[in-house]
Amino acid sequence: MSAQMNRRQILAGGGLVVAFSLAGSALAQLAGGGEGGGGPPVERPDLPGSLKSTPELDAWIRIAPDGGTTVFSGKAELGQGIRTALLQVAAEELDLRPGQITFVTADTARTPDEGLTAGSHSLQDGGTAIANAAANVRKLLTDAAGKRWNLPPERLATSGDGHVVAPDGSKLAYGYLASTISLHVEAVANAPRRNPAQYRTLGHDLPRVDIPAKLTGGEAYVQDLRLPGMVHARVVRGPSYGTKLANAHLATAADMPGVLKVVQNGLFAAVVAQKEWQAIEAMRVAQASDYIRTIDVLPVEDGRRRLQSLPSREIIVLDTHDPSRKDVRTIKSAYSRPWYSHGSIGPSCAVALFRDGVLTIWSHSQGIFDMHRATAELVGLPPEKVRVIHTPSAGCYGQNGADDVTAEAALIAMELPGKPVRLQWMREQEFGWEPLGCAMMTEVEASLGADRRISHWKYRVWSNSHNNRPVRAGGYAVAQEIAKGFPMQEASPIPMPEGDGDRNANPLYDFPNMDVRYHFVPSMPLRVSALRSLGAHLNIFSLESMLDELAHVAGADPLEFRLAHMRDERARAVMQAATDAFGWSHRKRGDGRIGCGMAFARYKNIGAYCAVAMEIEVERETGAITVHRVNVAVDAGQPVSPDGIRNQVEGGVLQSLSWAIHEEVTFDESKRTSFDWGSYPILRFDQVPESVSVEVMKRPGLPFLGAGETAQGPTSAALANAIADATGVRLRDMPLTPAKLKAAIGVTG
Amino acid sequence: MTISFQLNGTAHRLDVEPSTPLLYVLREELGLHGAKYGCGLGQCGACTVQLDGKAVFSCVTPVAAVEGRTVRTVEGFGTPDRMSPLQRAFAQEQAAQCGYCIAGMIMRAQALLDEKPKPTEAEIRTHMQPNLCRCGTHMRILRAIRLASGAAA
Repeated sequence: MSAQMNRRQILAGGGLVVAFSLAGSALAQLAGGGEGGGGPPVERPDLPGSLKSTPELDAWIRIAPDGGTTVFSGKAELGQGIRTALLQVAAEELDLRPGQITFVTADTARTPDEGLTAGSHSLQDGGTAIANAAANVRKLLTDAAGKRWNLPPERLATSGDGHVVAPDGSKLAYGYLASTISLHVEAVANAPRRNPAQYRTLGHDLPRVDIPAKLTGGEAYVQDLRLPGMVHARVVRGPSYGTKLANAHLATAADMPGVLKVVQNGLFAAVVAQKEWQAIEAMRVAQASDYIRTIDVLPVEDGRRRLQSLPSREIIVLDTHDPSRKDVRTIKSAYSRPWYSHGSIGPSCAVALFRDGVLTIWSHSQGIFDMHRATAELVGLPPEKVRVIHTPSAGCYGQNGADDVTAEAALIAMELPGKPVRLQWMREQEFGWEPLGCAMMTEVEASLGADRRISHWKYRVWSNSHNNRPVRAGGYAVAQEIAKGFPMQEASPIPMPEGDGDRNANPLYDFPNMDVRYHFVPSMPLRVSALRSLGAHLNIFSLESMLDELAHVAGADPLEFRLAHMRDERARAVMQAATDAFGWSHRKRGDGRIGCGMAFARYKNIGAYCAVAMEIEVERETGAITVHRVNVAVDAGQPVSPDGIRNQVEGGVLQSLSWAIHEEVTFDESKRTSFDWGSYPILRFDQVPESVSVEVMKRPGLPFLGAGETAQGPTSAALANAIADATGVRLRDMPLTPAKLKAAIGVTG
Repeated sequence: MTISFQLNGTAHRLDVEPSTPLLYVLREELGLHGAKYGCGLGQCGACTVQLDGKAVFSCVTPVAAVEGRTVRTVEGFGTPDRMSPLQRAFAQEQAAQCGYCIAGMIMRAQALLDEKPKPTEAEIRTHMQPNLCRCGTHMRILRAIRLASGAAA
């Protein structure tokens, strides 16, 4: 608190007021995780990463007199390996061994507010903050040693194990030095960073610190939390969002074995039992009822095309003019994707405890700092009486049921003071109630000039907001069910350069005459929010499919055609690296069955660069697609953990193949009809590629570029391009199912 | 009703409702975390354990069905300090992202390796078919199983 006071005093008295006001909404947006969260206010726009909003060093790093070092991060482990990567960053810039550091993540009572853990921002913002905070601390420790020895700090070094070393070999321990100075000071922007040529930890493959417990049945997830006296809850509700039960049998459920309480608040109901299976059995009895649709019927007739007939707000993304470039040949195409489920393997879960006037919540939300405020509002407590502790769960890949289940656990816990309440959604509740990934539509009209280069690029995208994460109580589904409810949080687009529906709608390529518009559709035919890569998935799919369609018309090789339109050297390098490794120049040519495709994107045009090349085979009789091999090249700036990046990108490739080939949320007029893995199939072992190879570009010392979502767009596009190469058939509406492919081959064949 | 069975080498006698799925008995009565609730329908494999050496879905196995039989969970294979060869292979390949599916993957893969120590690639993929991974860790899981089988990963 006092540091913030200091900051304000400095601002009030100093010359930084102008700089502060210039920080504006774009920086505040970044501070919120770049994905539309509330985000902490920017205090020091001159500092790198999340230091902008939390400039005090001791908010990030504390060193005890015995040398015990604790590093704090507001970013959360979602299964992406960020805990290990951030630990590597801290160890490198403090020049300590990773094992010497205690690492604390995402806890509203202990760590800096870094907004959401989302949007591939964790290394760009959080990693950059920790790197610079650690560099500041190392500098202060070195300066302190210099004073002690009466030597200039330039002549001193650090040992890699917690000592500052003098030229004569004398050593002083960090713990002792830290006790002679205060870390309760603000960072400076230019503390010297370690030389990449001398990195001991950064850029090396440190085994992930969370994996051993996950392999051996350790307590690894919020689902595994067992607090003394904990009870189990299940919510009682209709089959999917926008329904209610006609006649919930709550009184019958209340009499069942082990049932401690039935919570009822407006339309919201839950059963609480001593044991988990008792809660599930009571829920089933209570739910044995018909249901009623409470909001507009679902768009069965027109499906995703409904987006184009709903009222929309037009956002101009690009409008460039070069009258010297003339069109010779124009083609048009339209692309789309369906509503997707996040498909977390573990249904969402939370534990909440209301005791002595304080509500403590263990949640796997990506936005615990927003949750802190929103949940307080929901249950009617002041925010300082709510603490949220991020606890890992199954991968979420965006806003699944994590936020909703936590809000519901909190409401139930408020009715059972002193008792820890564990609430887990059932599989069918996760499929039925989670916000889905947005369906989207695009239309492209592009022209080639006499030089066979693109002369004109007109692009339209229709999407709901991918940004419905709760920042107020009204963001939770339950807020519209409870008696004293809150109106639904208003949907809003995320401004560029991040964008949401228009994310990556701005081609990185060198096109003239670009007219790119985002039709932002506020009203949601199905409940939606963030899914890994947001709109970038369909925008890259559309752009990279259209490039192959244009290359085909121009009679150009897809790689050469892309390179002819790309000036960015790092983009060219990943395209070259992926296709070299793939053997693009001597690839098998489309022969009706086998084909090859490639695609590229730089995520958000500000994150990691990624190029994908793949070879597939189509069984013409069935339309079944076998992916033989995939080569990917990724430039994530200075890689923190090359193997961590490969793991994320391999996963992105497989998940994107699953989206592109297999997945689509289905529904009838009254409910979603995807409610289990039979009605929502995802990629299984017999459908994964024969090989996936990821090359991580070496970029020593360059800024970190988020890589967690970079493969989603290029992979789906490379698949469509490979299908077109193999069969001559261009599929534009995902999922590219065997049935659609077989039908399309039949039509053309 | 009293149910007796062997769990990870130790005899257990429990007084439980016989229709309770084994999953909830393992997690709640016996304090284990390895088997996870994923779907409750035997469709995802997150709850996979071994029953008399065969991989089964503990979420759809009533505890009454394990009377007198032998149950193994991932906790019975090893600890972070003393991992089994298959667990070590998963660690070596860093074959996890969120990891929620991984205990089930290890249980199913071990059942194959116990029966057939050197399976072919096609046999591994077919055998692993019932278990879902959403993070897309499949390539590493396959490598880890190959590594544990002595084949080149």
